[in-house]
Parts: sequence; C-alpha cells; structure tokens
Amino acid sequence: MSLDANTSTLRRGLADRILRRGPLEAIATTIIAAGVVMLMQPFFLTLYSWSFTTTLFGTVMFTIVSKVRE
Amino acid sequence: MNDLSASSQITYRAVPIRPAVARRIRGLSDQALAWLFITPTIVLLLAINIFPLVWTIYLSFTNYRANRANAPTIWLGTDWYQSILTDPDIWAAMQVTAHFVVWTVLIETVLGFGLAFLIDKKFRGHGLWTTIILLPMMLSPAVVGNFWTFLYQPQIGLFNYVVAFFTGRDASSFQMLGDVTLSPWAIVIVDAWMWTPYVMLICLAGLRSIPDYIYEAAEVDRASNWRQFWSITLPMALPFIMLAVLFRGIENFKMFDMVNLLTGGGPGSTTEVASITLKRAAFESWRTGYSSAFAIILFVTVFGLANIYVKALNRVKSR
Repeated sequence: MSLDANTSTLRRGLADRILRRGPLEAIATTIIAAGVVMLMQPFFLTLYSWSFTTTLFGTVMFTIVSKVRE
Repeated sequence: MNDLSASSQITYRAVPIRPAVARRIRGLSDQALAWLFITPTIVLLLAINIFPLVWTIYLSFTNYRANRANAPTIWLGTDWYQSILTDPDIWAAMQVTAHFVVWTVLIETVLGFGLAFLIDKKFRGHGLWTTIILLPMMLSPAVVGNFWTFLYQPQIGLFNYVVAFFTGRDASSFQMLGDVTLSPWAIVIVDAWMWTPYVMLICLAGLRSIPDYIYEAAEVDRASNWRQFWSITLPMALPFIMLAVLFRGIENFKMFDMVNLLTGGGPGSTTEVASITLKRAAFESWRTGYSSAFAIILFVTVFGLANIYVKALNRVKSR
C-alpha cells in the first residue's frame, strides 16, 4: 500500500516537473531554432524541405505551452 | 480674482451631462463600456492585420494571379509549399539570406558590444561621441542605400580610395557592387555600419544595469579586470546581447529595402535574399499564390523567432 502511494507521488512529481511552462518553452524554442537552422543550412536539401514543418510545429507548440501554468 | 471665479463658473456649467445621456451611460455595465472602447481597435486590427493574413493563407493554396483577377481560381492544396520547399533556387536564396544574417549579426554584436564597453567608461566628450556613433541609425535605409551606392563607385567612390590607400591596390581595380565575390560583403558592410549603433545602445543599457557594488566586491577580492569582465560584465550583459542578436536577426531575415537599393539582388543572384525573391515572384512574375505560400513560410519563421525574442525580453524585464 505504501509502495502504491510512493509510486503515485513519484509519478505526480515527474509529471509536475515535466509539464511546466519553463521546460516546455525551452523544448519549443529549441525546435524553432532547429527549424530556422534547417531552413538556412547549405548542406542537405532534405533538411531544408522539412524546415517549415519543424518551425511550424515549434511555433504552435510554443503558443500552446505559453498558456500552461508556471 | 474675477477671472478665476468666472472660469470656475464655466467649468461648473460644462460638467453636468444631459439626464437622458447620463441615464444611457449609467445603464451600461463596466464590461460593456470596456467593449465599447476596444471595439474600434479590434475592428482596425482585424481589417489591417488579421484579414490580410487569413487571405494570404487562403491564396497560398490556390493558383490566383493578381494580374488576372477575373480568371477562375483553382484550389491546389499544398502544391506551392512542396514546390518552394524542394526548389534549389529558393534554397540558394535562403543561403544568401543566411550569409547576410549571420555575418551582419556577428559583426554588429562584436562591434556594438565593444563600442558600448568603451562608451561606458565615461571619458571626456563621451556624450558627443555617442551622438556621432548613433547618427547612421537615424538615417532612412533609402538614403543609406543611395549614398553607399555612390561611396562604392569604382571611379569616384570614397570607399575604393580608402581600401586602395590601406592595401596599395588600384582604386578602380575592383567593384564592390558589381563583383560576384564582393557584393554579398558590400551589403554586410552597409548594414553593419548602419545598425551597429543600435546594438551598442542595447548593450550599453545592459552594462549600465550592472550595479557598482558587484565590481567593488570583486575589487575587494582582488579580481583582475579580465576576470571581472568574464565573471561579471559578460554574464550580466548577456540577456541584453541576446535581445540585440535576436532583434537584428529577425530584422535582417526580412531585409529588403537596402539590398534592393544597393544591388537589386545582383550581380546574377548573388545577393538575392529571400525578400527579393519574394518580390520578384509576386510583382514581376505575378505568381500571387506561389508568393503567398513563400510569404507564409517566411512569416512562420519570423513568428517563431519573435516568440524566442519575447521570451528573452521577458527574461531581461524580470531582472
């Protein structure tokens, strides 16, 4: 019983740590930056082709997670 | 005294509102009043910001051409997006943009921070020097583009003579705007000349925000100037530097006016930044649907960068 309680507390703690604005915004920011780099890099056309999707995903994610609680 | 009493009487007569109007205003809730005030702004925003954006998104999925407005419009789905994102020419334009953005931001940041660091040491006449350094930033890009075109003239331009003086080369032996290798650098030089003062201002604000007692504590601990710079000055000014880098990055990513005036994208397409390619597709080839899709790709990129900018700005504000 005590084991269950600890697991749930642990799980809640982990979720609380991850599902917060700060880390999520950092992830979204990294995705946006990666998209911009992919758009402008001179090495692989494939990366360039996926750049818009990546930037769009990052931007939408940033817009959503900026509404998440601190 | 009489005048004063007369004016106060006039004020008294002006204040009362007619009972019917007063009753009508009194009948509105606070929320209704708030809506009454912000509605014109919302309508204006919808008309000049949101509607054009939504219309551009719609056009980016069609074959619409602005010079054949009456022709039937066909829905193409994401064809234009796929076409742009697999086109080596557009990719090349993005690389030209990247060259321009990376070098201008790098030069402006290094020079701007260096100048701010010097100006922050309050030497004699630093106010005058600050004003002189800020002058290029206050000029219109159209004016800057025009007079740098003259400065870069191989026969009469001052720039070639200055380079010739320092390098010993013949002044008319090279063309900054006509040479394939030099022209991308020509626009970098002009932008760095114009916008370094802006970066300097932001960095100066960052340097001035560092409290003196931190340096005094470092002095007590016998930290060297070099150590103070790396452990106090740079880390504390870094959010401001980041702000300047992001702002200049966003501005230069959509740079159009100065490049158009200096080189027009030439020679060939060596200085054809993304916004010049967009202008050519939209107003020379009249491929409105295609250029709308391209504009949306650029918009999403700028919007994404602007999000990071706002985040950095909030971090600076919270200090």
